[in-house]
Amino acid sequence: MPQLGADMAAGRLVAWYKQPGDAVKKGDIIAEVDTDKGAIDVEVFTSGVVEKILVQPGEKVPVGTPLAIILEAGEGPTPSPPTPAAPPAPAGERQRVSPVARKVAAELGVELASVRGTGPGGAVTRADVERAAARQPTPATPTAPPPAPPAPPGEADRRARMRQAIAAAVTRSKRDIPHFYLSTTIDLHRATTWLGEQNATRPVADRLLAGALFLKAVALALRDVPELNARWEGPKVVRSDAIHVGVATFLREGGLVAPALHDTDRLSLDDLMRKLRDLVNRARQGELRSSELSDPTITVTSLGEQGVETVYGVIYPPQVAIVGFGKIVERPWSLGGQVVSRPLVTATLSADHRVTDGHRGGLFLAAVDARLQEPSRL
Amino acid sequence: MRKDEIRSRVLTILSTIAPEADLSRLKPDVPFRDQLDVDSMDMLNFVIAIDQELHVAIPETEYAKVATLNACVDHVSAMLASRG
Repeated sequence: MPQLGADMAAGRLVAWYKQPGDAVKKGDIIAEVDTDKGAIDVEVFTSGVVEKILVQPGEKVPVGTPLAIILEAGEGPTPSPPTPAAPPAPAGERQRVSPVARKVAAELGVELASVRGTGPGGAVTRADVERAAARQPTPATPTAPPPAPPAPPGEADRRARMRQAIAAAVTRSKRDIPHFYLSTTIDLHRATTWLGEQNATRPVADRLLAGALFLKAVALALRDVPELNARWEGPKVVRSDAIHVGVATFLREGGLVAPALHDTDRLSLDDLMRKLRDLVNRARQGELRSSELSDPTITVTSLGEQGVETVYGVIYPPQVAIVGFGKIVERPWSLGGQVVSRPLVTATLSADHRVTDGHRGGLFLAAVDARLQEPSRL
Repeated sequence: MRKDEIRSRVLTILSTIAPEADLSRLKPDVPFRDQLDVDSMDMLNFVIAIDQELHVAIPETEYAKVATLNACVDHVSAMLASRG
């Protein structure tokens, strides 16, 4: 059961999309689990063949519990007692099978001709049959029906559980993380002018939002100050090689999630916008993937559309920083000795003082500002 | 296309964007943003859907013209009528 956020302790398996014997590759969706953040598609993190399912639909298990066994290429089946293999029966010779093995094979639906015997003279033993049974796919019609999944929780119940999960996460954050806060005002004249020009010539479906520029600017600024792109793991900080910005997204039924926009810094603005739109829509429809909840290395939140000018975010553990953007407001701005009207936004950084300090945080915000002054290079 | 048909199509689009909303209580002259829990992503999805389903592309500078139900219906109707 994957950890899909600091606030998750357990999850309930809803359905399997793969069965024993099915080939899977990294990134495939293998199952659906129900969490306090909604139904999440679980991806596999390795390629291979599903050998065995360990948790049945309806079961609720703690984070970290193995859900299934996947054999990677070249990997043998689940280890069994080392038994020297006896030579197979010579061709044309009748296969030797112990009476018990024959009975068990019939019960388990194992084709004896496919079983290699390890008993005396190559005889097929009960253990040979049981090992063969463990390797073969689950029958299409199981002898006993799996337990019925529990009825989906009511919407009010889900809202309450999500609120409790968020409460646990932010309480932990405020208890364990010594936050410090920095803010800066950014002149968005170039960014909004460029955005307007772009959107005037683009098809409706290809238009960009200011939020896409903010996300890309943050992602690129993290290349300049990589210590903010990290996870706090016990007494040490583990920097992330990849930049997966979490996008704080409000949910209509209440609560919020911050799924990752994978490899944010490597996406073109067009790709970033397409993926952002898809991510937000799926988040609101409850169709997120497990990696999207477990992978963010920093979070960006924007409350400008609610009229908020300055956001003091709470870090989502084990991340070490959250960046906030407020409302874009037209204000007087001094430029070259002249007072001009400019679209301004307040960008804030909440960061973990165990990991970094104000100096590095200031450099980071300056880097975000610098990136937004060159929107065509985002 | 008649205005009542445009209104029905716009309401259908809104129901997919804000499925939790009770659109029977939507005030036709009050901006969507003031009565529905919608953000800029929702508004983008809204104008994309109008473009795809009603074949009217709303320029970004004219989003204010589709900010309420009545304004949206009037604007889309006028755009369609202008094409003859």
